[in-house]
Amino acid sequence: MIANEEYRQFLESVRFVYGYDFTEYAEASVIRRISAFMDSNKIASLQDLGKMILKDETEFEHFIQEITVNVTEMYRDPLFYKSLRKNVVSRLATYPFIKVWIAGCSTGEEVYSMAILFREEGLLERTVIYATDINQDALQKARDGISSISNMKTYTENYLKAGGKNSFSDYYKAKYNSVMWDKSLRQNIVFSVHNLAMDRSFNEFQLILCRNVLIYFNQSLQNKVINLFYESLCPFGFIGLGNKESLLFSEKQKYFEEVDRKEKIFMRTK
Amino acid sequence: MNHDLKKYDAIVIGASAGGLYIMIRILKLLPANFGIPIIVVQHRSKDERTLLEEVLQQKCKVTIKQADEKEMIQPGTVYFAPPDYHLLIENDGSFSLSCDAPVNYSRPSIDVLFETAAEVYKERLLAIILTGANKDGSNGIKKIATMGGTTIAQSLETADYREMPQAAINTGFVQLVLTPEAIGQFLLDTMKN
Repeated sequence: MIANEEYRQFLESVRFVYGYDFTEYAEASVIRRISAFMDSNKIASLQDLGKMILKDETEFEHFIQEITVNVTEMYRDPLFYKSLRKNVVSRLATYPFIKVWIAGCSTGEEVYSMAILFREEGLLERTVIYATDINQDALQKARDGISSISNMKTYTENYLKAGGKNSFSDYYKAKYNSVMWDKSLRQNIVFSVHNLAMDRSFNEFQLILCRNVLIYFNQSLQNKVINLFYESLCPFGFIGLGNKESLLFSEKQKYFEEVDRKEKIFMRTK
Repeated sequence: MNHDLKKYDAIVIGASAGGLYIMIRILKLLPANFGIPIIVVQHRSKDERTLLEEVLQQKCKVTIKQADEKEMIQPGTVYFAPPDYHLLIENDGSFSLSCDAPVNYSRPSIDVLFETAAEVYKERLLAIILTGANKDGSNGIKKIATMGGTTIAQSLETADYREMPQAAINTGFVQLVLTPEAIGQFLLDTMKN
């Protein structure tokens, strides 16, 4: 069990020494992840963990990669992607050049899902997808574009439910127990590190996806990040969130309109 | 320890296969103004979004709703973990959600709810494990009992799937084994305190 005061001091020292700020993350999940890290590395107390990572940067890197990795899959919530095709794609098609930001892309499954969708809709050639995450290791996996073959059954089902137009196997090559996503999908993807809690807006986008990332933040940080998304969207740009996330309780709510209430797709209106 | 005289700030329930039917039997006994929040993880398909809540609301007087992230937990309400998310309790008495990897092959996982609830409510927590065909919830039961909370398992002869209550009982940290009706009565009795 981790005491509250001790936890706050730990996060403050991590912020002070390394500049990573977790003080505005939802506590219960961070504590679970830190506890899991301590268990698997046989670290008895938060104090011991602090001593270890504050003086050894390699240990800190290991720690940070472990506690910031998010789990994702191809076409998680297929109906979300189906709604994108139906409600968003035709409007994006009116732009000569399209910029998409996938914030918190983790190991990249969502990025490749979008690249495939954009190719099928004839938009990929004139699109750049900026895929960012706080976690370097996850980004490297995303760049490598490799997945386990055991996932393919679920992914194929998801792809079809999401309105996929071809055969899902057109988009990967299988070798032994792995599959590699078609390299041509990657041509217009830029992977880079971005920390939503600390970094600023870096471009203007027609579409932002940030799914199941805000749930890990407290309300104050959620507001800051939604402001960041607002600043990063062009007028009438779109943003898609996770199934249980919303913009409707944020300070910027009046600047957005719901495009699909159930699938959490919004448009910036002013 | 006389469990009947304890006061609870929250009740957590874990159920898996066969759970819906038992849940109806228990929750329909409760009045609309039931004074303690009830928070439930029922293992469910991720393709089903709100059907569980709709079915239960038709049968029950208490308010049934799916837990939203950051929502403050209120009495008189039964909250269900949404499909495909873990449900966690924060120190300020609100919910948070996570998409972390499944625990015991389950998302939502009963252990995740129970363990975080134990940290927040400590001895003022009542936990109930119902029917199910896996072992989810056992670690949570252990933690809740260790921190002074009360733990109940559904009696095996009344469970369609025994494995889950059995696994909880096997930890040695289940304090009461009761039939669904007795569990309902226990909940009604907590209102007298």
